[in-house]
Amino acid sequence: MKLLVVEDDRETALYLAKGLSESGYTVDRAGDGREGLFLATGGGYDAIVLDRMLPSMDGLAMLGALRAAGISTPALILSALGSVDDRVKGLRAGGDDYLVKPFAFSELLARLEALLRRGAGTAATTKLRVADLELDLLTRTVRRRDKPIDVLPREFRLLEYLMRNAGHVVTRTMLLEHVWDYHFDPQTNVIDVHVSRLRQKIDKSFDSPLLHTVRGAGYCLRPPEPQASR
Amino acid sequence: MSAEKLVAPTLGAWAAPRRVFGNAQRLLRTHAFRLAALYFLVFAVSVLGVLLFVYWTSADFVERQTEATLDAEITGLAEQYAQRGLSGLVQIVAARSAGDRGDGMLYLVTDPSGAPLAGNIAAWPTGVPARTGRLSFSTAARVKERIEAHPAQGASFIIPGNYRLLVGRDISDATGFRNRVRTTLVWAGLVALGVGLLGGTAMSRNLLRRVEQVNRTSERVMAGNLSDRVPLDGTSDEFDQLAANLNRMLDQIERLMTAMREVTDDVAHDLKTPLSRLRVRLELALLDPAVGSGQSEAIRAAIDEADRLLATFNALLSIAELESGARREESEALDLSEVARSAAELYEPVAEEKGFVLSLAAEPGVKVRGSRHLLSQALANLLDNALKYADRGEIQIRVQRGEGCAALEVTDRGQGIAEADRETVFDRFVRLERSRSTPGNGLGLSLVRAVMRRHQGTIELADNRPGLRVRLEFPELVT
Repeated sequence: MKLLVVEDDRETALYLAKGLSESGYTVDRAGDGREGLFLATGGGYDAIVLDRMLPSMDGLAMLGALRAAGISTPALILSALGSVDDRVKGLRAGGDDYLVKPFAFSELLARLEALLRRGAGTAATTKLRVADLELDLLTRTVRRRDKPIDVLPREFRLLEYLMRNAGHVVTRTMLLEHVWDYHFDPQTNVIDVHVSRLRQKIDKSFDSPLLHTVRGAGYCLRPPEPQASR
Repeated sequence: MSAEKLVAPTLGAWAAPRRVFGNAQRLLRTHAFRLAALYFLVFAVSVLGVLLFVYWTSADFVERQTEATLDAEITGLAEQYAQRGLSGLVQIVAARSAGDRGDGMLYLVTDPSGAPLAGNIAAWPTGVPARTGRLSFSTAARVKERIEAHPAQGASFIIPGNYRLLVGRDISDATGFRNRVRTTLVWAGLVALGVGLLGGTAMSRNLLRRVEQVNRTSERVMAGNLSDRVPLDGTSDEFDQLAANLNRMLDQIERLMTAMREVTDDVAHDLKTPLSRLRVRLELALLDPAVGSGQSEAIRAAIDEADRLLATFNALLSIAELESGARREESEALDLSEVARSAAELYEPVAEEKGFVLSLAAEPGVKVRGSRHLLSQALANLLDNALKYADRGEIQIRVQRGEGCAALEVTDRGQGIAEADRETVFDRFVRLERSRSTPGNGLGLSLVRAVMRRHQGTIELADNRPGLRVRLEFPELVT
C-alpha cells in the first residue's frame, strides 16, 4: 500500500512517515500543495493524507485541483479547524475523511484503514458475517450460531459498523461520528457502556469472544484466532 | 418557579427577521409613526393658529370698525343734542339721512307715538323695544330694483320727552365678508391638514424605510454575514452619513474579526502542531517493542495528560470562537425533541450504570433554528455535569413549548447550586468544588452559555428542590 503524506511541518511529516512505515505502508512525502499535487497527479497512491493549511497551495485547493483532474484517490484531511462547517467544507472539496489536529496516531491509522477498505470497494450486500455472528440488513436481525439475538436499533447500527470494519480497530470517535453523527467527545465514557452492553448480548453466552477492546485505541470485532479457539 | 433568573444577554446571531410592517398595532409602536403623529399635531396646531389670527385680523376687524363708526356717530349726535336740543338733533339727522352716502348708516328720530320725525328708515323696526341700549335689527334696503332685508347693528336712545332715536349701520357687507373669510379659512385649513397628513405619512414612511434598511443590514451582519453593508442613496443627507458611518464601522469590525479569526486559526495551528507532534512521538514510542511495561504505563499516563491539556485548550478555543462569532456553524430548522432524544439515547446506558434514572419528556414538534452539533454538545455538557455532580437519583430532560419560546430543561436530584454561585459558574475555569478533585476543566457551562448566546437564547439555573434545574430557552421557530 502506497501513501502520500502532504504536510508542511517537517517533524510531523517525519513522524507520520515513520509511524505509517512501521505499520507496513510505503510513504512518500510532500512539503507543500504544489509538490503534493504534482506527486499525486503522478498517481499510483492508494491514499493521500494532507494537511489543510499548506504553503504555496492550500490543502483544499490542492484537493479540488486533483478531483478536477479526475483523480479519485481517497484523501484524509488533517486540520486544526474543527467546526462542523470546516469539516463539511473539507468533505465538499473532495476529502473522504476529516481528522482534527491534534489526533491520536491510532485514530489516524484506524481511519486510514477504513478509507482504504472503502476505496477497495465493498459489494452491496444484505448480510454481514463475522465467524458465527450474522447480521441481516434487510430483516434487521442478528443471529449467532443460529440463535437470534435481540438488539435495540442503535445497537444494531453499532454492530453493523463494527462488522463492516471487522478485523480493524474502530475508535470511539469513529463510532460517535458514524453511529451517532456526533462530532465532539463527551467527557463521560458513554461509548464504552454502549459497547459493553452490546458485548453482553453477542459474546456473553458464547465461549469465543468476538468484540475486543484495543487498549489506547478503541475496539475491534474479529473472528477468534484459530489457536485461541482450540 | 420562584428562582432567581440568570438570563444571559442575547447576541442576535440567528435572529428571525422582524417585519415592522407586520400589522397596524406594531406600526403604532414605531418611532417613525409617533414622530409623524407629533409632526401632524404641531402642524395642525400652527395652521389653526395662523387661520384664527387671519380671521381675527380680517372679519373681526371689520366688525370692530363698525362699532367704532357707530360710537363716533353717537358721540357726534349727542354733542348736537346737547348744544341745540331736540330740533337740532332732528335737523342733523335729516341732513345726514339725505341722499345715499354709501356708508350704510341708518338714522331715525320719532316722536313719543313712534311717528318718524326724521331719518332714512321708514318706521321703527318691529320687535325692537323702545329703550336705551345696543341692539341688532333688520332693515329693508333697496338693492338695485329689489327690496331686501339686511341685518343691521346699532343703538337706541330715549330722549327726554319720550322721543326716540335709533342710530344703526347696515352690516350686510361685513357679514358677507365675514362668511366669505370663514369659508375660505375652513377650506384652507382642511387642505393644509390633508397635506400635513400626507406629508407626515410620507415622511414617516421614508424614515421607516431607511431605518429598516439599517435594521435589516445589522440583523444580517449579526447573523454572520459580515460583508453586508447599508445601501446609500447618494443624497449625502444625515441618513446617508449615518449609513456611511455604520458601513465604515462594519468595515472595521470585519477587519478586526478577520484578524481575530486569523489569530485564532494561527494560534490553533501553532499550538496544536507541537502538541500533536508530542502526542505522535509518545504514541510511536509505545509502538517500539523495546519499551518495557513500566515505561509504557508512564507513556500512556503522559498521553492522557496531553489529551486533558488539549481538551481544555480545545474547549477554550471553541468558546472564544463562539463568542466572537468567528466560528461558523450551519444553522437549520431543528426538532428540539429529536436533539434531546438522540442525546438521551446516547447517555441512557452510562446513566443507568452509574445508578441514575435518565428520563425524557419531550413535547413533539418543538422547533428551533440552530446547529444540531452545538446544541447536542451543550446538552451533552449538561448531562455530563449531572452525572458528575448529582451522585444518583433521577435526571430528567424536558422539551416544552413556553410562551413564545422553546424550552429545554435538564434537572437532577443532586445538591444543586447555591443561589450566590449561580452567576459565577458560567465564568471560565470556575469549579464550585474547593478540592477540584473531580475530573473536568470548569469550561462546560461557559460553553453552554456561549452556545445559547449564539442561538439568541437564554440559560437560567434554578432550584429543583432538591437538585439543579437548568433551563435553556430559545426563540421558537414557527413554520
